[in-house]
Amino acid sequence: MSRILEKRELAPRIFEYLVAAPRIARKAQPGHFVIVMADERGERIPLTIADFDRSAGTITLVMMVVGTSTLKLARLGAGDEFYALIGPLGHPSHLEPCHTVLMVAGGVGAAPVFPIARAFRDLGARVVTIQGARTRPLLFWTEKLAAVSHEHIVTTDDGSAGRHGLVTAPLAEWLQQDTQRHIGCVYAIGPAVMMKACCEVTRPFGVKTVVSLNTVMVDGTGMCGGCRVNLQGQARFTCSDGPEFDGHQIDWDEVLGRQKTYAREEQCSLERYLAQHGQAGLEALA
Amino acid sequence: MMHDVRNRSTARVPMPEQDPAVRIHNFQEVPLGYTPEQAQEEARRCLRCKRPLCVLGCPVGIDIPAFVALVAEGKFAEAARKIKETNCLPAVCGRVCPQETQCEQRCVLGKKGEPAAIGRLERFVADFERQHPAADLPPKAPPTGKRVAVVGSGPAGLTVAGDLILLGHEVTIFEAFHKPGGVLMYGIPEFRLPKAIVEEEVQYLCRLGVRLELNQVIGKSITLDELFEQEGYHAVFLGVGAGLPVFMGIPGENLGGVYSANEYLTRSNLMRAYAFPEYDTPIVRGRRVCVAGGGNVAMDAARTARRLGAEEVVVLYRRSREEMPARAEEIHHAEQEGVIFRLLCAPVEYLGDANRRVQAVRCQEMELGEPDASGRRRPVPKPGALFTLPCDLVIVAIGSGPNPILTRNTPGLKLNARGYIATTETGRTSRRGVWAGGDIVTGSATVILAMGAGKTAARDMHAWLTQGDGSW
Repeated sequence: MSRILEKRELAPRIFEYLVAAPRIARKAQPGHFVIVMADERGERIPLTIADFDRSAGTITLVMMVVGTSTLKLARLGAGDEFYALIGPLGHPSHLEPCHTVLMVAGGVGAAPVFPIARAFRDLGARVVTIQGARTRPLLFWTEKLAAVSHEHIVTTDDGSAGRHGLVTAPLAEWLQQDTQRHIGCVYAIGPAVMMKACCEVTRPFGVKTVVSLNTVMVDGTGMCGGCRVNLQGQARFTCSDGPEFDGHQIDWDEVLGRQKTYAREEQCSLERYLAQHGQAGLEALA
Repeated sequence: MMHDVRNRSTARVPMPEQDPAVRIHNFQEVPLGYTPEQAQEEARRCLRCKRPLCVLGCPVGIDIPAFVALVAEGKFAEAARKIKETNCLPAVCGRVCPQETQCEQRCVLGKKGEPAAIGRLERFVADFERQHPAADLPPKAPPTGKRVAVVGSGPAGLTVAGDLILLGHEVTIFEAFHKPGGVLMYGIPEFRLPKAIVEEEVQYLCRLGVRLELNQVIGKSITLDELFEQEGYHAVFLGVGAGLPVFMGIPGENLGGVYSANEYLTRSNLMRAYAFPEYDTPIVRGRRVCVAGGGNVAMDAARTARRLGAEEVVVLYRRSREEMPARAEEIHHAEQEGVIFRLLCAPVEYLGDANRRVQAVRCQEMELGEPDASGRRRPVPKPGALFTLPCDLVIVAIGSGPNPILTRNTPGLKLNARGYIATTETGRTSRRGVWAGGDIVTGSATVILAMGAGKTAARDMHAWLTQGDGSW
């Protein structure tokens, strides 16, 4: 049911999978996510659907190796099957026609941004994509994103490609120059710190800012509540109420705090895995 | 003959258990089960009433006197077959049914002593059968050509599947998780219900011909309409459970180290986080643990926390011991394992440290006022009576609600005021060809009540599929 048809290394530690999943592909919309398990003992981890082809019955997933579970996924290749693949889950992106939309992609967030940017373009919006990465080798899908964007701006933290600096700088500039108030909304997807920073930049401009959260989850269907976030004092579940939320309503410090709940366990699990599997694992993490 | 001599003891044959000091360090089952001799001795206590009341107390109507008589005669395989005529999950029910409020409560022996240990005997018989499996499967009715989709593989769904497959229907179970069993897998801990038993009971259904589709979230990957229109099913049973955790909405509830019981138990049971790092899913191992709630789920959480190394586990319950909804046996086991009960108090706030992890719970003392809608005396806060308990793990076990994923994506499915699916007495929903049963109809209840609802629905589904004029 969930055979990997193709696998590519997009950047160090970042992998793209083309997966045969006809039922998921048939229902997938921009913003949806899936839950993936590498093997029977694995964690259930959420991944946003990065692309889908309904007629071919495939979905595309992009994943960055950060610990044991993602390392296990990285070891699967074309021809292998995920132990479990469940979806599509969550609400799709709320796509409202608007004049201009700013899509801000941080790091591996370039993948989930892609289908949303494409959908906005198809709706007739002017799509401005700001894609940031730590350094040039970590940039991926730049052409793919550029192809669905009217403007495509690249930033790197170290200046090795595009503009030197963070995504927040061009984001602020675009908002400052938008005297006609053409920008209907901002999408910011990437690491939580980056999404938080983007929300802080956009808040004074009063522009709606949507983020897609990637919190810790177990079931992904609203059963465990481990993915809950505080939205203006109300608990909301990322899996069943999100994963997209109005970033200005989120208690970001809480999101960042909850993200660290298992830091110690994750470290312990990874060290154990590397001790058992040796160099192959280390290379992927290099 | 030995088995003809009635055992006149007023006390039941005790069942050996793992020593509490030992079992708090493992996840193996607590009660160890009867030996054949013990089972026969207990079975010989049965009075063989002409009009057995115990059967009336069983939600699925097992012929209790008949199976107990077979046990007394040492005909264990026959006894197992007798139970399986009405109950396809005896190894589960023998462990988790609240017999003390059902069959055993009605037992005449209970008037002058202890009632017959029906649950222990059911468990013994089911375990005997698992160890000595019968080669032959029960006979199946000729194929009806009808296809039934069962959504959810918990006790209600498994019962519907087990009944309808024997009646000749083609049955497919859709399960959202990667393992079948529903609450039996994710909710009830290994030490109360070994997962191998659940797996065997499901395998038995598969041997009967039930198909299983895992990782399918009905309402998401396939809608209810598509089950009829595209997948060709003639009838659907919804047994998706009440899997929405309820939080109290008090300050600090989102701190690190505060879990819903659903999450805590799912991590430990389904994902086997108790075996981390052998299994990849982690779980917070608290040293000082607070559990909010007084039901069976709270007991499961408290006892799991003990086994995961907690030095102190405190159950906070807002009413008194008498109102505690947990089974007496569960409370007893928890106490044996050193779980502390702080009654008449409720958490009002969780306090965090600099890393936003929980470090204490602020509690409000209560006293009991007038009875509320549930008939239980309402807990009322005692003015100014607050105290603080240090803790590094909190488990909120105050109940669950209806998971909206299916109902939200299914137009025309009528819900009641509380958000559960509205049904007739036989489980018919407002949608033609769609039945529902178990916790998604009643709210959180017991395994056996869900099975009873499944049984009732299965009977009506069979009649509708084979005899009726299709009216709804």
